[in-house]
Amino acid sequence: MTRKLILSLLAIAASFMVVAVVYAQSGYPTDDDVNRVAKQLYCPVCPNTPLDVCETKACQDWRADIKDKLAVGWTDEQVIEYFVQRYGERVLAEPRRSGFTSFVWFLPVVSVAIGLVVLAQILRGWKAKHRAAVAAPTAQAGDIPPEVLQRLEKELKKIS
Amino acid sequence: METVTQTPTSAADERVRPNPWMRAGRWIAFLLVAGLIALLAWGVVKANNGPVNSGLAPDFTLTTFDGRVITLSQLRGQVVVVNFWASWCVPCRQEADYLERTWRQYQDRGVVFIGVNWVDTDKEARVFLDEFGITYINGPDLGTRIAQAYRIRGIPETFFVDKAGQLRAMKIGPFAPPELENRIDELLKEQ
Repeated sequence: MTRKLILSLLAIAASFMVVAVVYAQSGYPTDDDVNRVAKQLYCPVCPNTPLDVCETKACQDWRADIKDKLAVGWTDEQVIEYFVQRYGERVLAEPRRSGFTSFVWFLPVVSVAIGLVVLAQILRGWKAKHRAAVAAPTAQAGDIPPEVLQRLEKELKKIS
Repeated sequence: METVTQTPTSAADERVRPNPWMRAGRWIAFLLVAGLIALLAWGVVKANNGPVNSGLAPDFTLTTFDGRVITLSQLRGQVVVVNFWASWCVPCRQEADYLERTWRQYQDRGVVFIGVNWVDTDKEARVFLDEFGITYINGPDLGTRIAQAYRIRGIPETFFVDKAGQLRAMKIGPFAPPELENRIDELLKEQ
């Protein structure tokens, strides 16, 4: 009798362990899984708050939604795409590199490049001006108009 | 006397004269900065614009939670009340029961209520609808397109559209009796 009882208890314990192992291996999403997706999204109602650290009721609901979708086998990309479809691209932590939002990526690079070119041109201009000032020839005969020269010569003759 | 032929431009002048590339660069930089300033100004103006409150009501199509497709412009001839809400919004809970009661009271008198569920999850939205026994048209604002068209600033926010499809009034915040009746009666009286 005691032996039967022990065997029954062992069987029950073993079945619990099997269930636990199957549960662990089924890929049921953990909080880390949810946060991995959530950190790529922003709360659309509380500005500048990533979804993984946002504590409003709305954010909690969205994280629960992410968990539900991961649990039924959605990939991270599918969940993110669903959120974009549902709430718009503004929920993305990182703007997309296509369409109008691509400006966000390439405009700063283009601006800096053009800025550097303009800066280089300005520096070149300054340098050229400086060189010109240093190398500026003192008055040469050719720089003085002939009528002025004639007048100067006349004045000099008067003095001498 | 030494004679020197005068050249039209001196060497120094030649050196400081900006080349065409430099001039083009300056123009591009100027246009870029002007464009960025214009973009910023547009953003500021857009952000400061309040909700739309007059003119033709922005048209939209809503797929309801039960799969029906509703288009605002097809409801001409009826008074339409468009209410933006979410399950996580506390003031929305305050007015939910009143909205449903008013809808039941007016549903046979040429009045349509449309609930636009804003940035919410399907699951929580459905729980909310069940909790308050809401039976009027309700659906999610996919991509927040409707909210953007109406430039809502928060929720709850409600818009009143007359029989001709014109926006006649809007309210930010929850309703309390008899606000809805007063506004609807006013619009129903018009031909």
